[in-house]
Amino acid sequence: MTTHYLVLSALLFAIGGVGVLVRRNAIVVFMCVELMLNACNLAFVTFARQNGSLDGQVIAFFVMIVAAAEVVIGLAIIVTIFRTRRSASVDDASLLKH
Amino acid sequence: MPWLSTLMGVSVLGALGVTLIRNDKLAKQFTLLVSLIVLALTVTMAVQFSPNGDQWQFQENHSWIPAFGINYSLAVDGIALVLILLSVILVPIVVLASWHDAEKGKRSVRTYFSLILVLEAMMIGVFAATDVFLFYVLFEAMLIPMYFMIGSYGGAQRSYAAVKFLLYSLFGGLLMLVAVIALYSIAGKNTFMLSDLIGTVQDVNTQKWLFLGFFIAFAIKAPLWPFHTWLPDAAAQAPAGAAVLLVGVLDKVGTFGMLRFCLQLFPEASAYFTPLVIVLAVIGVIYGAIVAIGQTDMMRLIAYTSVSHFGVITLGVFAMTKGNPGAQDAGAGATLYMVNHGFSTGALFLIVGFLIYRRGSQFIADYGGVQKVAPILAGTFLVAGLSSLSLPGLSTFVSEFMVLSGAFRLHVPAAAIATIGVILAAIYILWMYQRTMNGPTAESVKTLPDLNAREKWVVAPLVALLLVFGFYPKPLLDVINPAVKDTLSSVSVTADQAAAATGVKEGK
Amino acid sequence: MEPAEIASIAQHSGGAIGVAWLMIALPLVGAAVLLLGGRRTDKFGHLLGVLMAVASFVVGALVFVQLLGFAPGERRRGVTLFEFIPGLVDNVGLLVDPLSISFCLLITGVGSLIHIYSIGYMAHDPARRRFFAYLNLFVAAMLLLVLADNYLILFVGWEGVGLASYLLIGFWQHKPSAATAAKKAFIVNRVGDVGLLIAMFTIFATFHSLTFSGVLDRTGDASQGTLTAIGLLLLVGACGKSAQLPLQAWLLDAMEGPTPVSALIHAATMVTAGVYLIVRSGPIFEGTGTAQLVVTIVGVATLLAGAIIGTAKDDIKKALAGSTMSQIGYMVLAAGVGPAGYAFAIAHLITHGFFKANLFLGAGSVMHAMNDEVDMRKYGGLRTVMPITFATFLIGYLAIIGFPLLSGYFTKDGIIETAMEHSAVLGWLAVLGAGITGFYMSRLVFMTFFGKKRWDAKAHPHESPAVMTWPLILLSIGSIGLGAFLILGNRFMIFLSPAVGAPAHSPAFNPFSVPGLATLALVAVGAVFAWMRYGAAEVPATAPRGSFLTTFARRDLYGDALNEALFMRPGQWLTRLAVFFDNRGVDGLVNGLAAFIGGTSGRVRRIQTGFVRSYALSIFVGAAVLVGAWFVVGNL
Repeated sequence: MTTHYLVLSALLFAIGGVGVLVRRNAIVVFMCVELMLNACNLAFVTFARQNGSLDGQVIAFFVMIVAAAEVVIGLAIIVTIFRTRRSASVDDASLLKH
Repeated sequence: MPWLSTLMGVSVLGALGVTLIRNDKLAKQFTLLVSLIVLALTVTMAVQFSPNGDQWQFQENHSWIPAFGINYSLAVDGIALVLILLSVILVPIVVLASWHDAEKGKRSVRTYFSLILVLEAMMIGVFAATDVFLFYVLFEAMLIPMYFMIGSYGGAQRSYAAVKFLLYSLFGGLLMLVAVIALYSIAGKNTFMLSDLIGTVQDVNTQKWLFLGFFIAFAIKAPLWPFHTWLPDAAAQAPAGAAVLLVGVLDKVGTFGMLRFCLQLFPEASAYFTPLVIVLAVIGVIYGAIVAIGQTDMMRLIAYTSVSHFGVITLGVFAMTKGNPGAQDAGAGATLYMVNHGFSTGALFLIVGFLIYRRGSQFIADYGGVQKVAPILAGTFLVAGLSSLSLPGLSTFVSEFMVLSGAFRLHVPAAAIATIGVILAAIYILWMYQRTMNGPTAESVKTLPDLNAREKWVVAPLVALLLVFGFYPKPLLDVINPAVKDTLSSVSVTADQAAAATGVKEGK
Repeated sequence: MEPAEIASIAQHSGGAIGVAWLMIALPLVGAAVLLLGGRRTDKFGHLLGVLMAVASFVVGALVFVQLLGFAPGERRRGVTLFEFIPGLVDNVGLLVDPLSISFCLLITGVGSLIHIYSIGYMAHDPARRRFFAYLNLFVAAMLLLVLADNYLILFVGWEGVGLASYLLIGFWQHKPSAATAAKKAFIVNRVGDVGLLIAMFTIFATFHSLTFSGVLDRTGDASQGTLTAIGLLLLVGACGKSAQLPLQAWLLDAMEGPTPVSALIHAATMVTAGVYLIVRSGPIFEGTGTAQLVVTIVGVATLLAGAIIGTAKDDIKKALAGSTMSQIGYMVLAAGVGPAGYAFAIAHLITHGFFKANLFLGAGSVMHAMNDEVDMRKYGGLRTVMPITFATFLIGYLAIIGFPLLSGYFTKDGIIETAMEHSAVLGWLAVLGAGITGFYMSRLVFMTFFGKKRWDAKAHPHESPAVMTWPLILLSIGSIGLGAFLILGNRFMIFLSPAVGAPAHSPAFNPFSVPGLATLALVAVGAVFAWMRYGAAEVPATAPRGSFLTTFARRDLYGDALNEALFMRPGQWLTRLAVFFDNRGVDGLVNGLAAFIGGTSGRVRRIQTGFVRSYALSIFVGAAVLVGAWFVVGNL
């Protein structure tokens, strides 16, 4: 039973990881990051259920809160970049290299 | 009365005070006043120093970082006293000489003078520190004001020179830091006090490594050949006043450190490395002089003469070995040379600085026949030059003679080769003098003004000191000799003890 | 050979000897006042200079009189002045003895006359005050040199006269040739100084003292080899200061200085300091035959070289400079012979001081009259226009060639006889030198004062003013009588013996000895030959090309060419090489290291592409590697 949830969690995480690596649109990359976070949340909740303890669920809440904060800041940055550079591609925002 | 802390405190408070004054002229006058007060206080202190009393006088000892046994601990012996005197005599002279030097750039004039006073406090502290850690901290901290003086107020290549100076010195300093920490842990006494650390490192191999850690730092600072190449750049780019403090005092910390720390803490290692160091020193004497002959830039030329002179000083310091009957002469001569070299090179840098300020060029080829238009400038330039080539009757001769005579009894060929330096010295000084001062007056210097009253006041004390100590060096030697004797006895006593200790070990 | 007995030194206070330091202090004060006083002292500068020199002479005379009051064995008086370098040279002290006082009287006596002469000679020079300041400085330093009671203070004076010589040769420093000559003199002297310095180190290492009494009384303690080393090193110093081979090259160039300087420093006093050094260090040389042999060889070689150079020079001052070299060669030769020669060396030094100063000042008087022309080919027939100069010059000339009964006759003959007794080869070479002297001095006199007038159109020769002729007259009186006074009855030898020791047997003056007669004959031949070439015959206005030998002599025996080839060119090459090595080698290494580190970091930072995705990939890879590693380690 637990295995199914964990496989689903791993799949979601892998999809998110690949998305982060291959997509250029900042919004999509961002959503993929969220996907990876939620894959983790699923794993936490699964283990909490299996072990009968609340620790995993508590951590899942923390992750959600961090994710929410991240969305607020991340979207703000993306919007600002888009306004100034007329592009949402992450490859265009490489001014800090070297 | 805590004399040494007072001296440092007055300088530091003065430095803070200068930054608060809004008027540049007032700030300069205030700096001069503070430096003169420090000079007066130091002279008062020096008068109370009894040459034949305790080795360490005016002791102050306060716990600073008890966890590591680090103390704020100051005291002077004769050697430190004369070097502190040298520093505090040079500072007011430099302040007076640099009156307009900081005005050329966009940087704050006040800051320049404030930095000089900060540096003064550190120079006093570094010579007076009897705690190895305190010495290390001041040794490194001294770089900061000098870095800014070169980097912010220097010539066209100033940032290159300042960074080179800083990196070079930091490199040496870090090696020394490793050695200081190793010394602390090997001694295992939870103290950094020099007097407690002497004789604690018995193992000769360990001594050798620690010796190298200290020695490389000092050799870079001194600068000993082949660690010298930062000096010509730094001296040529620094404003003349900063060059005086750099070569006249800061570099002395290197040779002073060899005398105070290398010889006393690691007597066997010093004896082991003495042949190598003497070879480096003699190479430095000849090499520095030859390269000086080939320079086209006056400031660089003087810097290279100093490489040559520091070779002589190092030769004297390392001729202070057990079994050399001339050790006392060599050591006292080297110490005296540190002082005299400060006055002599100081005078040379400042007078050349006056010349460069007038014409705006450091290159010898841009001058010619200055003697005709500015006889006093030329005359003082010649006197300073003659002191640099150790003309008898000027104080540098006394010290050079003592060093070479003392070293001669340790190693005849080394001293004999170093003596050839006096011919080369005559060539570089007189050739520079001929090309700048003699011959037909160059068109570009026809309107050069002679020294003004302020500049005469700068040069007069230096020339007077060179002459007086040339004929009557006794007051200085009376202070130096007992201290050198004490240092020597500590070198040889610990060496004997160590020899006994190793003998016992082998016996077992 | 055993060192000759010299008297011990008695400490002295009181009387003129007690204040002997005034001799040095007075001219020193004069120099200081004139240099520091600046233009304010322009008006009376020359008078102050003369006053100080004369005052110094007066003190010297008083000291001399007091010294004569002591019994001969007590005529070495030490005066302690002040403490100096503890352990090395405890005190600065003066040693007043027959040797040093002879020098003092010569220096201050001839010096005063030259000071007076300079008032006239330098009358039109705007920097006359500075000239007198330097002259006073010279007198003070020279007196310090001869009065010092130890080698270190002697060296202070030694370098002091070197400095004064540098300043005075380069007095007209706007002339590049003068500035170069001054520098050359100083540097060549420094080569000698290295010898003297190392000699002092060796002396101190051997005897633990640098005072004359501490060293010279104990030469028996040192090994033969050490004494030889010290002797040869001292000789190097003496060669530099006294322009002996191989360090002679500077003296001819030194004639760039004003003529009174050539007379005082480069003829009468400073250049004889080397002879003083050798005689003063007598016991060292007497302990080592090798060093003595080398001294005599150097002396003979130089006396011939100088004489040969003198024959070919058309510049009157350079001809006289060659002659000075040659005459000092005689003195060095005598000094190398030992106690038998010391008295003759010093006596010749003193008479030479008079007649050579006389000749130089005479030459200066001629130049003064001829618009500073120095080429003798443009002189001729001056004897009628300048009768006093001519008469005094003639006396000096007769004295130097050793015309019977004049000063040079007695002293030079003494040297030749002593050398002959020591070694026949040296003796006959010295005789030959005297013959050449007869030739070149006659040539000089005939070209200047006899024959046709070959003057420039602008020249209007006239007799010099009294302030210049009176010193000439006084000096020529010395040139006439001094030799007989010193030599007859061995007067000077007996006077000097407490200081330098007496020879085993006193020589008797014999006017009809073989070498003496041979010398006279050779001198006569030389003079007649000169008359045929330069007196009776026409002197061409430009120098004829001459044979190989003439060129050899004209070019100073290729001394300069040799120095240039051996030292100057390799030196310049070495300097350039060293500068290059320092910039590219030592500093290049440092800068290379810095560039390497900078380059590496430049390459490494390219990894930072700025693409978020590649950063993310590297994080993933890193995480995968960590997890993988953990598995591997965990399974081990």
